[in-house]
Amino acid sequence: MRKFVLNYLIPRILQFFLVIFVGVTITFIIPRLSPVDPVEAQINRVMMSGSQVSPEAVISLRDALTELYGLEGSSLQQYFAFWGRLLRGDLGPSLATFPTPVTTLLARAMPWTFGLLMTSIMISWIVGNILGALASYYEGNRAIQVVDVLSQAVRPIPYYIMALLLLVFFAYWWPIFPFSGAYPPGTVPNLSLSFILTVIYHSILPLLSLVVIGIGGWFIGMKSLTSNIISEDYVVYAENAGLGKNRILSQYIMRNALLPQITGLALQIGLIFSGALIMEVVFGYPGMGTLTFQAVMANDYSLIMGITLLSIVGVATMVLILDLVYPLFDPRVRHQ
Amino acid sequence: MALLHMEDVKAYYRTDAYGISRSVRAVDGVSMELYENEIYGVAGESSCGKTTLIKVISGTVKPPLRIEAGNIEYNFGAFHMDMRQIDPEEMRQNVRWKEISYVMQGSMSVLNPVRKIMRTFEDIVGTHQGIPDKKAFREQMREHVMRLGLPPDVLSLYPHQLSGGMRQRVAIALATVFNPSLIIADEPTTALDVVVQRGVLHMLKEIQAESANTVLLVTHDLAVHANVADRVGIMYAGRIVEEGPTQTIFNAPRHPYTEHLINSLPVIGDKSMKKSLGGAPPNLADPPSGCRFHPRCPLAIDICQTVNPEMVMLSDRHRAACHLVTEASQ
Amino acid sequence: MLTVFRDLLKYDGRFRVAFVLLLLIVIMALLSFVSPFDPKKTFMVPQDMPPSLEHPFGTTSRGQDLFWWMTFAVRNSLLLGIICAVVSRIIAIFVGLTAGYRGGWVDKILMSLNDSFVVLPVLPILILLSFLLRGKMSLWALGVVLGLFGWPWDGRLIRSQVLSLKERSFTRTAVYSGASPFWITMREHFPFVLPVVFATTINNMLWAIGMEVTLSVLGLSDVTVPTIGTAIYWANQHQAMVAGVWWWLAAPILVAMILFLGLYLFFSSVNEFIDPRTRLRRIGA
Repeated sequence: MRKFVLNYLIPRILQFFLVIFVGVTITFIIPRLSPVDPVEAQINRVMMSGSQVSPEAVISLRDALTELYGLEGSSLQQYFAFWGRLLRGDLGPSLATFPTPVTTLLARAMPWTFGLLMTSIMISWIVGNILGALASYYEGNRAIQVVDVLSQAVRPIPYYIMALLLLVFFAYWWPIFPFSGAYPPGTVPNLSLSFILTVIYHSILPLLSLVVIGIGGWFIGMKSLTSNIISEDYVVYAENAGLGKNRILSQYIMRNALLPQITGLALQIGLIFSGALIMEVVFGYPGMGTLTFQAVMANDYSLIMGITLLSIVGVATMVLILDLVYPLFDPRVRHQ
Repeated sequence: MALLHMEDVKAYYRTDAYGISRSVRAVDGVSMELYENEIYGVAGESSCGKTTLIKVISGTVKPPLRIEAGNIEYNFGAFHMDMRQIDPEEMRQNVRWKEISYVMQGSMSVLNPVRKIMRTFEDIVGTHQGIPDKKAFREQMREHVMRLGLPPDVLSLYPHQLSGGMRQRVAIALATVFNPSLIIADEPTTALDVVVQRGVLHMLKEIQAESANTVLLVTHDLAVHANVADRVGIMYAGRIVEEGPTQTIFNAPRHPYTEHLINSLPVIGDKSMKKSLGGAPPNLADPPSGCRFHPRCPLAIDICQTVNPEMVMLSDRHRAACHLVTEASQ
Repeated sequence: MLTVFRDLLKYDGRFRVAFVLLLLIVIMALLSFVSPFDPKKTFMVPQDMPPSLEHPFGTTSRGQDLFWWMTFAVRNSLLLGIICAVVSRIIAIFVGLTAGYRGGWVDKILMSLNDSFVVLPVLPILILLSFLLRGKMSLWALGVVLGLFGWPWDGRLIRSQVLSLKERSFTRTAVYSGASPFWITMREHFPFVLPVVFATTINNMLWAIGMEVTLSVLGLSDVTVPTIGTAIYWANQHQAMVAGVWWWLAAPILVAMILFLGLYLFFSSVNEFIDPRTRLRRIGA
């Protein structure tokens, strides 16, 4: 137990903090490397966007921006101040919808992204792994060969293009799904059954675009893992001992292939998350991706900053959770 | 009647990748019998076809390996089985582990790393017999491993928590749950240190003596054969070149290869240099013509290069395949 | 090298498909050098013409011939992929070889850093960066920036290769004969790592080109430079789908699919070829 804590648990938790440290530091450095004075550029953009801003508002905006960019004092002081605000959970006010706090906007968008992301990861990881293992164990099955070819074709397509294709096919040419949003405009989100059904209906295409690519990727990974594990001694032994095919597949092959696939999921979460963001833009899904798009369009620097920071913390947390779950599946880590 | 009767069996690996096809003749015309209640040792250097022979005997032939010719027949008391005819499903249910069990080479990694030892016992017994009462079954298994001199606690551990010797003993315990007619042990002691080797061999020998079944012991280590086997077969390049009772093989070998093997064994007090055999083991994808040993044989004569020597019976259970032996016996 | 190529072409269907697709892409990229139109100029041809013999991909609402415009787009997207791949290769090889060879604390620190970059969600960070540099980020700069974020997966892979090479006897022979660690790494290990580096290069290019599409769609790259991403950006700007100018979107999507599928199949075919297990099957051991 002590070894487990020392060799596994503590390094993972340290790694979690390191990721956040590296991410936040990069986020701190980037604006300071920018050749333009971010405060003035920002004010120019807001003024040029044609919105009526009173002189007092400009002054308070300039103060807010200077504070937000943390441009007071030496670099080191700025850096610590930056951390201080973060730890207090203060991401400043949104510039486009001044003075709504960025955190409010994030809190509104996050559940949508989180829900879609979790559902798609679950479905694609489970389905992809099962199909991949079957493909390798029952080589030569026609249906599975079709899945194989499809996976190879789908796997390299960027999320954006997959989403666009689905949108064109199933919302324009054959309009069986709505082409935008998570619920019809004008509806007030509530917990009634009919609302939930609408949300599910609206989420099918966005979900599909993530799931199709995801299944392709996990399928290919699992297939190659399985074809390696098949020749492991313990599988050959189980076959010699006459165990049934299903038991060998589930308890000997998949059970062991699962371990690298969990690690693989941890390594991929950042990429999948990025994919979900861009998919949301295509479907106008009201999560963090669409919020990012709106922030870019409205020149809302503080919102982009907030989204970046939340993404870093969010993804790092998901990875940490996976790392903490992993020992439940691998006795070699658990009983060191 | 013999437990296993094999006649002129040929098993080749055929591979085909990126336009290069090859066939490796790993077992090429092997005839042999295994009797009840004996320990039969197979010896030979690495890549002489020992492992392939085991695959043929245990019925675990899978592509690219194929049996090209020959008969493999078993007599398990009650029923007769033709290995080349039997339905794989019937074989899986009635023969595997119940009649033929297997202690694999590299037993270090034959245990599923994510399953407790007890679960592996459950998998095997559950498949062939069913487990109506889990509690009674667990008690039975505890007794089984205790009888073999293992602490029953190993059952609740994971493989990585056991030492190498312990894992090998667990593998033997697994192979004997059903008291099968034939136990195949493939290099059971190779990766173990000497003291542990002794214990494992002792365990094997005791099990055999107690249940009077047949053990096929395959190892390159002649010392193991000298200590354990009743009969020994010497393999070279996919063929059995000599076979006989252990005493005879060690005291009066007839085939030049066997002779060389025996002479290279260390003898206490002997300080002379050991002669090494020239050349390398033959490539089984392109074996030498005639007697496969002829390029390395110090006694080779002309006929050895062209004609494959026939097996000659020398005494009741002693036979060898060498032209010199053929000439001498005529 | 040539025989490897011939063998793959002859015996791997995937490779044949990849070869044809990539050939199309390369021909297209080369055609840009003889293009009759300057991609920066607008209203050179009639607007919104559907695909025809004269304009194979049709024309845009900005009066550009889409086929010739896409030849530049393909060339630039490939260039971006290559820039990113070169930069990330340099970092990945350095980190992978150093961590793998030195081991101990150096390895631990480099790998923690490596894993941090693996976990970091790159897109939001890139959005932040491109947002601040909006319009000022050239294709080359974007390539380099993507390279700075695209190395960690391959760094890890190279490290694990070196770790297994370290266990082989030739490394020990080199150590005992007094070769310096640097020398062993460069002379003995680097050649073994090269195939992996090559295979992952293609994957890395795929990633970079995909990222560019994403950033361009958001209008965060230099939209005056034709790329696959900016093609989609301009189509969206002019609401091509709503206006019925479907070919404006179809052209970049088609080209992108050919490019991605071609590169990916090439990657997986080569990857299988250099896999030691397949190599064993090939020599029949």
